[in-house]
Amino acid sequence: MPAFDFKNSKEKADLRIWEHPVLHFERGETVHMYMNEKEIKGYEGETIVAALYASGIKIYSRSIKYDRPRGFFCGIGKCSSCLMRVNGIPHTRTCVTLMENGMKVEYEKSRGEPPAESEVEAERDKVDTDLVVVGGGPAGLSAATAAAKLGVDVFIVDENPKAGGQLIKQTHKFFGSKSTYAGIRGIEIAKILLKDLRKTSAKWMLNASAIGHYEGKKHLLVAVQNNRKLIELSAEKVIVASGTRENMLLFPNNDLPGICGAGGVQTLMNVYGVKPGNDALIVGAGNVGLIVGYQLIQAGVNVKMVVEAMPRIGGYLVHASKLRRLGVPILTRHTIKQANGKDHVEGVTIVELDEKWQSIEGTEEYVNADLICLAVGLTPSSELLFQAGCKQAYIPELGGRVAVHNENLETTLNGLYVAGDASGIEEANTAMMEGRIAGANIAMEYGKNRAEAEKIRRKSFKDLEALRAGPFGERVLRGKKRVWELWREGE
Amino acid sequence: MSRCEATGVLTLEQLKSKLPSKERFEKGPVAVIECIQKIPCDPCIGACKLGAIRKESLVVPPEVDYERCTGCGECVSVCPGLAIFMVNLNYKKDEAMIMIPYELLPKPKKGEIYEALDREGKSVGETRIITTKLKKDRTAVVILAVKKPLAMIVRNIGRRLK
Repeated sequence: MPAFDFKNSKEKADLRIWEHPVLHFERGETVHMYMNEKEIKGYEGETIVAALYASGIKIYSRSIKYDRPRGFFCGIGKCSSCLMRVNGIPHTRTCVTLMENGMKVEYEKSRGEPPAESEVEAERDKVDTDLVVVGGGPAGLSAATAAAKLGVDVFIVDENPKAGGQLIKQTHKFFGSKSTYAGIRGIEIAKILLKDLRKTSAKWMLNASAIGHYEGKKHLLVAVQNNRKLIELSAEKVIVASGTRENMLLFPNNDLPGICGAGGVQTLMNVYGVKPGNDALIVGAGNVGLIVGYQLIQAGVNVKMVVEAMPRIGGYLVHASKLRRLGVPILTRHTIKQANGKDHVEGVTIVELDEKWQSIEGTEEYVNADLICLAVGLTPSSELLFQAGCKQAYIPELGGRVAVHNENLETTLNGLYVAGDASGIEEANTAMMEGRIAGANIAMEYGKNRAEAEKIRRKSFKDLEALRAGPFGERVLRGKKRVWELWREGE
Repeated sequence: MSRCEATGVLTLEQLKSKLPSKERFEKGPVAVIECIQKIPCDPCIGACKLGAIRKESLVVPPEVDYERCTGCGECVSVCPGLAIFMVNLNYKKDEAMIMIPYELLPKPKKGEIYEALDREGKSVGETRIITTKLKKDRTAVVILAVKKPLAMIVRNIGRRLK
């Protein structure tokens, strides 16, 4: 494997955002780590990748077979682009690992080498509780708060260094109704949810990935914290609120560094305050693509255009209008033909599509861009649920294969629940409501404060119905109904 | 499919039935809500202390009671879609005043001259900043003066000219 080309990396750059119209980045003490023996400066609270990216280092690994460079993609530990050897531990997800003073970060050779024995000192712990919640996003936090408030012992694990899921990077004010904090920015909603959780007895653990469901008297999950600590979590009830992962799109050079998931870009620029690029092109005019376009402009990035293969803009018109007023073209019936560049994106060739979704020859256009944001849909993160053995179904309206569940969010395995985007792609408002329903339902099953639990459940059902009532909710509702039906068939 | 769903730009034609009447515009400041889709959202209702904004259900577009609306502009910074503006056709003899929500840097200052942009981000002339109010939630409301015929055209500011 060729050594990393430092010559071409702008390692002296500082791509951090110091001024932002909405966000204020609180940076901790200066921290120094070593990247292949080169000193890299960062700030306490930054992940390894955030600090590397901010220093202009945008390649983190290479593909095993063709030795192609791999850059930043998802930013939340769901892809494999940023796996590096950290303090001797191979395959560390550097996007969810905080940098520390003196840390040794290295590129891995091919498949990597196992850690030397002296480098691994594993710790172990056991947690026995009423309810384990996997994922501390809007669904997980809402579920945990609802259940804990009603008297259930709750333990939450989340693999990210910060709780709040994808809310912590949403600078826009949320739609929805009062009960889902409409009109408040996502980042502020995350704070409210955490504040509510802190008022309860619920306990939580960050940087901890639930990696498997094992045989046990109750549900037994094993989580790994900071790549060192093994935690056995057992409970009669489990809610998996593990969110989603971003979809890829097929086109030549789609693996070049500089091609990122829209959510990944949000993490980089809105959580860690790192400018992801100078000139961006967005693929997908759903709400995610439109919102990230606006957020890129807020972060000082020039947004060249949004391309959308469908004949219409999928997201809300008001989001599209915000971008258009800023002079950003939205080209429907257009897609990426290929990305251009050698070790990083340098440009994009776009092309118009005909009514049969075929490229129209002669309509190719080259766009200078160093960042391509893919906002082409999400897939539920169902791995843990499927591994546990619950029934699954392919429901296109919900974003792919999901765990079959009922209205109370219980899967086909007794006591195993799913909530939020992991149960079908929707959005944060509905995720909060689903979390509350699952949490309240579990409290009822434990016989805790039944009247109050039933009240929360009813109210959340009502709110959920209102949120899904419009034309934008139709598709999801159809998918949900299908899943509920499948659950009943299996009974 | 209406055209705006392909372009992302509302036309005045599409808005016509929702807008204040000519007579109401002539009376002075009034809210202009450019929201026509059925999306689940309602902060505008709570923003209006006069009860001038109503919604039959969470997912229908808001309706404004233009007799109650005083054009105070409280709803402008609240709309999550940044789709509410305030227009005062009576500001000056040949100038109208527009309030726009603004979430970018730098924040425009009183007296500065900016490019005036339409709904497609195209420059349609100049605008003078009357003032900028920064709300607690960090959305700014920029108050602009434009030539009267541009009151329903200008919806954003571009480069600073002076």
